[in-house]
Amino acid sequence: MPARSGRTLHRFANPGQFLRLSGVVLPWLFWAGGLLTAGSLLWGVFMAPGDWQQGDMVKIMYVHVPFAWLASAGYFSLAMASFVSLVWRHPLADLAAAEIGPVGACFTAVCLATGSLWGKPTWGTWWVWDARLTSVFILFLLYLGHIALIRAFDDPTRGYRAGAILALVGVINLPIIKFSVDWWNTLHQPASIGLTGAPTIAASLLWPLLFSAIGFTLLFAAIVVARTRAAVMERRIRSLLMARATSASGEEVAA
Amino acid sequence: MNHLPYIFVAYIVAVGVPLFLSAEVLFRTRSARRRLLSIDTRRGRGPA
Repeated sequence: MPARSGRTLHRFANPGQFLRLSGVVLPWLFWAGGLLTAGSLLWGVFMAPGDWQQGDMVKIMYVHVPFAWLASAGYFSLAMASFVSLVWRHPLADLAAAEIGPVGACFTAVCLATGSLWGKPTWGTWWVWDARLTSVFILFLLYLGHIALIRAFDDPTRGYRAGAILALVGVINLPIIKFSVDWWNTLHQPASIGLTGAPTIAASLLWPLLFSAIGFTLLFAAIVVARTRAAVMERRIRSLLMARATSASGEEVAA
Repeated sequence: MNHLPYIFVAYIVAVGVPLFLSAEVLFRTRSARRRLLSIDTRRGRGPA
């Protein structure tokens, strides 16, 4: 089974095929993501009502929550790419993992920054070391560690392997982030939206939030695909220049 | 207490970061494509 899925993976995810497919998909991803995000943010800011308790401060939710979801979802995709890289040694998975890292780190930083901006007027403090905030901060450090580790070796393959192991070990942090508000007594509120129960948030606030989450997710995917595409081209440039240098030195020896 | 500055800064950061990342990857792709094209042209293959 793994060998068969590995063959399928190699057939559909070879760099040439990826460049062709991503060239078609990317404009759609960027436009859909940009329009959905812009529309939902305008909806959230100008049309959605304020919260009975927090007033207009609740409008930070439309940017904070999607970035919080994407910080975790981005790390999960990084771990998936790392798994594919370790099991099937797929070069595209290495490049994808390397490109998800910086985007995920930026999105996690935005999640922390917007959370801080929401916390100051509502909690009276920019930061507390409660379980949710600390576990998200650890996620940010895991992203930074991954970025540093894959660039720490002269041989890029060894860097990708080390980064993949770190990414897989760090997955343990994802359930901790998710359940931190249930397991510990935190200043951060429990989840308002779950996969099983009904949301505890009014529909007038929920819809712009869902659209904003879809919009930012499409933008996240578009940026990662575009970065992986650029990385594939850069790798091709390196190998072409290397081949030229090798053939030039061969001609010199022959002369 | 006026909360508008907090909301304003949060939106600037949240919109600015994806915009910056998109612009950065656009320049990176353009530069890579230009270099690939120049290498291919020198090899006599022309644009891919």
